[in-house]
Amino acid sequence: MTTTMTQPDGATSTATVLEARGVTMRFGGLVAVDGVDLHVADREIVGLIGPNGAGKTTFFNCLTGLYVPTSGQVRYKGAVLPAKPYRVTQAGIARTFQNIRLFANMTVLENVMVGRHSRTKEGLFSAIGRGPRYRAAERDSRDKSRELLDFLGIGKHAGSLARNLPYGDQRKLEIARAMASDPGLILLDEPTAGMNPQETRATQEVVFKIRERGLAVIVIEHDMRFIFNLCDRVAVLVQGRKLVEGTPAQVQSDERVIAAYLGTPVAGDGAEPVSPDGSPPASDAAGTAAEDEGTAS
Amino acid sequence: MTLEASLAGQPRVSPSLAKALVALGTVLTLVSTFLAWTWTPDFPGDLSVNGYPGGNQWITLVVSVLLLVAVGVSYDVPGLRWIAPRGHVRLLRGLALANLVSTWYVLLAIAFELNGLANWVSGSWVAAIATLLPAAGSFLLADDRREPQRARPLPRWVQVPIIFVAIMVAMFVADYGISTGYTEEFVGFAFAIGFAAWGLNSSGVLTRLTALTAKNRVVTSLSALVAALVFVFIQNGDAYNSVADDILIFATVALGLNIVVGLAGLLDLGYVAFLGVGAYTAALVSGAASSRFHVAYPFWAQLVLGIVVSMIAGVIIGAPTLRLRGDYLAIVTLGFGEIFRIVVNNLNGQSGPDLTNGPEGVYGVPDLKLFGYDFGRTHTLLGTTFGKFGNYYLLLLAAMAIVVFIFARVNDSRLGRAWVAIREDETAAEAMGIHGYRFKLLAFGLGAALAGLAGTINAHLLNTVTPDQYNFSATSPPNSAFLLAAVVLGGMGTITGPLLGAALLYLVPYKLQFFNNKQLLLFGLALILMMRFRPEGLVPSRRRQLEFHEEQIAEAEAHEAVLADAQGAQEEAGAAA
Repeated sequence: MTTTMTQPDGATSTATVLEARGVTMRFGGLVAVDGVDLHVADREIVGLIGPNGAGKTTFFNCLTGLYVPTSGQVRYKGAVLPAKPYRVTQAGIARTFQNIRLFANMTVLENVMVGRHSRTKEGLFSAIGRGPRYRAAERDSRDKSRELLDFLGIGKHAGSLARNLPYGDQRKLEIARAMASDPGLILLDEPTAGMNPQETRATQEVVFKIRERGLAVIVIEHDMRFIFNLCDRVAVLVQGRKLVEGTPAQVQSDERVIAAYLGTPVAGDGAEPVSPDGSPPASDAAGTAAEDEGTAS
Repeated sequence: MTLEASLAGQPRVSPSLAKALVALGTVLTLVSTFLAWTWTPDFPGDLSVNGYPGGNQWITLVVSVLLLVAVGVSYDVPGLRWIAPRGHVRLLRGLALANLVSTWYVLLAIAFELNGLANWVSGSWVAAIATLLPAAGSFLLADDRREPQRARPLPRWVQVPIIFVAIMVAMFVADYGISTGYTEEFVGFAFAIGFAAWGLNSSGVLTRLTALTAKNRVVTSLSALVAALVFVFIQNGDAYNSVADDILIFATVALGLNIVVGLAGLLDLGYVAFLGVGAYTAALVSGAASSRFHVAYPFWAQLVLGIVVSMIAGVIIGAPTLRLRGDYLAIVTLGFGEIFRIVVNNLNGQSGPDLTNGPEGVYGVPDLKLFGYDFGRTHTLLGTTFGKFGNYYLLLLAAMAIVVFIFARVNDSRLGRAWVAIREDETAAEAMGIHGYRFKLLAFGLGAALAGLAGTINAHLLNTVTPDQYNFSATSPPNSAFLLAAVVLGGMGTITGPLLGAALLYLVPYKLQFFNNKQLLLFGLALILMMRFRPEGLVPSRRRQLEFHEEQIAEAEAHEAVLADAQGAQEEAGAAA
């Protein structure tokens, strides 16, 4: 739990928040994630891209304890992560879901307050007794949650039910709920899926602001413009393996990435290779690919 | 037909005529309740008197008075508008139907039971025709359903008496229902209440009352407690106190189950077993002669023991089963509920160790004595005679108050939020740091403990504990099926819901015993209809209260979205060019 997370060996490498080594996930004969290494430094925004079924969400699930990796190791701030989702959250990694998973029949504020769960510990008897400490903790949770709602610009919805929020605000609420656990690293699984260009741009600003609050971010996304504008570093997963990792410029100009997304042109086909500078064809193809990614979840 | 036309919102009769029809009919109905409805006093309630109402005529009288008020609303009488914030036509329709159905039911019962329409006298014909007029008139009026205007905030000194009066009225209505003396009276009452409640609900006045009670929770709880105490003080004798006791036990256990089902979303079909564990534990150490343990612990010790043993049973049963989800959990808990009954049936010294005295159960459980107050004897308090059931009523009321208190506090806490989160989406809840299994086990244990609390009192109330009191299903509550039905029917996750559901599910079979073995058939039918037309239960949880607030925001959002889209389209066009 929390105490075991702050081991002395973590102090030496303060810069590294997350370190995944050789993470492999097998489902029977299918190797969904194959020996992926990834490290994330403090306040870094790392993008994770790849065609549908490349294993991006599966990799997320391995990081957050939803799946126990077949092999490999994930360290958070130097300590090995336990393979239970609630312990991972306790340790300091929060996530959002690709297909929004809010608590639909709770209010927006309550959703975020659930996110505070791992940072509070009031139990049955203090709930019944309601001493001063309980009330202080509850007030604190409420204040912090309201602050997060305002941070994401959905404070006015605090009292309505989560399921009645507009789509874009539901995505924002997912982020607020994840941030409520005071994480050091937040994993965003397609935060702009289904959004229009304005909303996508707004989300980009939100992610920068999250970084300003001292969090590191890993983001899965199919919108290339979004990823290349946002990320310090981009890793490309193809068929469970990490194909390339580097700055957006490096990844953008890498032939293998383009090949992975569009296939290699057949000789004599006459097809122009796509220009490697984030041109419309590339982002269009990625845009259509964003419509559904069913295999990984 | 004009009826269909009016339902479609296109009346062919002028509204003033329809309103006049309602008013005339209401006044005539009111008059008819003072006339005789039959010539012979043979019909129960004696409806043969000219000059004052009797029996079922009282029901018609009261509904007519309400209807008269609703007519006042339709004529815009000042000071009455708050009664129908969402439109008065549905209120008129509901009350008119309440009058029509309950009055015609009695009139038809007179004709059937006394063999023939010849038993109708002039008053019956007046009543029959007079009740038709408001129904016809109200359905000729166009539906004026509208969104309620925001309520003018009332000063607190007005809110408090309104809540108190509303709760007292509800108590008197419940008292009338419990103490109806014959089937015709209860059925007429049930019809009247059903339609009147529909009318009041769609007029929006109940929603407004609920909003008031939600704002003044302490006042509401205290009023309810006072009303419950008044109830027992206005009883003549013990006859209906025993009914009230059974309802209290049933409702308390249903509320405990509501923690498990309504909050944590764990479908428990064997919940009555925990009531049984509590009852058996208390009975075995109560000093009953048939108990294998010849000890007579004081009540508080029995209570603590009953609660603790039930909770342990809950944890033991929950530990392996709570790893399952949904239907699988339901089936396994159903099995454990039956296992409990069969085990206590067999622990008789022959087919198993002698512990529970087998099918005969533990009998001769002595009545409680608390601080020298013998619950088995008749006492006089403040001029009212308290028989055995009256005494237990007070104790059960205290037990229920404890359970309500615990439920209310836990519901609105970190724990309650964790349970609801698990109910909504267990995977997401775990990703938010909630240890799902631990919290589910806690819900199971707490629910079992509360059932155990009710069980310890139940053992003393019934003086006997036998295995067949704790079935999965039977024709009368409490049993697991009825408990679950009370929660679902009343409204999951609410406090008033299970209480209302329990009262209904107890009273209806109790009062309609002439249905005999068809009770369960009717019960099933009622449940199906309920799930079809009001799946959220009689008392919906917070959703309803949020509706208004949300519609406003939704409008603003839609407006913003349109603006943003227009702007976005322009930008896109600009970028493309």
